[in-house]
Amino acid sequence: MQKAYKKYFWLFVLPTLAAFTLFFIIPFIMGIVLSFCKFTTVTNATWVGIRNYQRAFSNRDFIDSLLFTAKFTIVSVITVNVFAFILAYALTRGIKGTNLFRTVFFMPNLIGGIVLGYIWQLLINGVLARFGVTITTDAKYGFWGLVILMNWQLIGYMMIIYIAGIQNIPTELVEAAKIDGATRLQTLFKVTIPMVMPSVTICLFLTLTNSFKLFDQNLALTAGGPGKQTAMMALDIYTTFYNRNGWEGVGQAKAVMFFILVGILALSQLYFTRSKEVEN
Amino acid sequence: MAQSHAKSNAKKELIEHMEVSKGTGILMTIALTFLSLVFIFPILLVLLNSFKNKLYISDAPFALPNGETFSGLFNYTNGIGKTGLIAAAGRSLFITVFSVIAIVLLTSMAAWWIARVKSKFSDLLYYMFVFAMIVPFQMVMFTLSKVTDMLNLGNMFGIIFVYVGFGAGLSVFMFTGFVKSIPISLEEAAMIDGCSPIQIFFRIIVPVLRPTMITVAILNAMWVWNDYLLPTLVLDSDAPTIPMAVQYLRGGYGSIDMGAMMAMLVLAIVPIIVFYLSCQKYIIKGVAAGAVKG
Repeated sequence: MQKAYKKYFWLFVLPTLAAFTLFFIIPFIMGIVLSFCKFTTVTNATWVGIRNYQRAFSNRDFIDSLLFTAKFTIVSVITVNVFAFILAYALTRGIKGTNLFRTVFFMPNLIGGIVLGYIWQLLINGVLARFGVTITTDAKYGFWGLVILMNWQLIGYMMIIYIAGIQNIPTELVEAAKIDGATRLQTLFKVTIPMVMPSVTICLFLTLTNSFKLFDQNLALTAGGPGKQTAMMALDIYTTFYNRNGWEGVGQAKAVMFFILVGILALSQLYFTRSKEVEN
Repeated sequence: MAQSHAKSNAKKELIEHMEVSKGTGILMTIALTFLSLVFIFPILLVLLNSFKNKLYISDAPFALPNGETFSGLFNYTNGIGKTGLIAAAGRSLFITVFSVIAIVLLTSMAAWWIARVKSKFSDLLYYMFVFAMIVPFQMVMFTLSKVTDMLNLGNMFGIIFVYVGFGAGLSVFMFTGFVKSIPISLEEAAMIDGCSPIQIFFRIIVPVLRPTMITVAILNAMWVWNDYLLPTLVLDSDAPTIPMAVQYLRGGYGSIDMGAMMAMLVLAIVPIIVFYLSCQKYIIKGVAAGAVKG
């Protein structure tokens, strides 16, 4: 069996592997190498050691974007998951219109980041116009604008995952809790929430990585303004690359550090919440 | 069939058990209705403003159009002229449809081989695909655009291969997880009956994989259709996709034609909503299933 299958490697795996090698593995390795080079295109690269990494910290841009991203991620992850869980809980109580509500809340998730950014720019600027300011007047407007946008986009998605989690809880558990005289709140905290920990793991992972890597929404809503105060890491890397001649290597070095940071965050979060899951 | 029936009965019982009292139920319905309106409001606001003269949008977006500010379909015709949105929609559709077909077909084949052939090499392949899932796009964006330039793949056809390469991580991961749960005995029986591996894959594995294929297709379609940065870096700027065309409207500093922008946003959203409402059952199921495996 194995032998028979093995011979078909070229047909089954090679097309995917070829595309994956060309458009992922090679660019990835080149990216690491180029982060140690000075270059404007791939062909004129010269080795400069860790200078790009040092230059990445020569001004405040990178650190500022890291702090802004961290702050945004913490606030978004908490708000999105709390609201999504509340909605999921409400929509598993058998009330009227559950399907319609689910449809509506999920819808924004399908709209792309660029379009979302401009929709919210109109709405937020419309509100702020009454106070004579715009979203790029002060960084705090941009920050909360991004948080609201992120909530609008992701709540429905996470809600769907939490609903699936709540519906997978065995009936007997909820019944047993009720027979034992548990109140609704006790059932929620002692049965429902521990039993949906696998969903929590997934939702935290998705909101964490989505918030941390946010780009399109950031570009469309504030484009980093005022100045670079609301530029998140992905946007800072992009502008370092494409808006400043001679800084391509620094952009690539920032990208490598960004990748390492995302990797550490994703893995440690998975490790941490997996350990809190209940064994079935 | 009987099993799924029993399952849905059990679910009904559970829901009955968790039901709230009638009064609370009505209160919750009212609260959720209000919240739904809040959720839809931004989209309605854009729709409303798309019929207003561009001078009356930024300052008073909440005002209804009146005799003075109503501009009919001017924003639509003007915006389409400026951005070439109809052509862009055609490109987006072409790229999305063919990328998704290619991803689903090719990565399911690869995943099946990886799951069934047990060797150090297939393990290595699997871990490389999993690894690719956590790498942010910024890490490879510059070098990827140089590779596509060198290979002359910066067009609607070339970008399909780019999406296969870049989408392979998540898709192979999801398919492999599912293939591992299919009993191998079916394939052994088929092989004894004289089926070749190609026949086994297309006649036995593909029908079983169908639900996962729908999930993978939906997740990838959402990604490719809305993707902005990859096509911006790979494609020629005079042949944009929808997100690129919308972003181009921003133009130089501070000079957005808000009228055209509103109309283009509406046109960008409408196909998504139509698609969503016509297959929402699959989309919601697919997203939930995709998350459980991811």
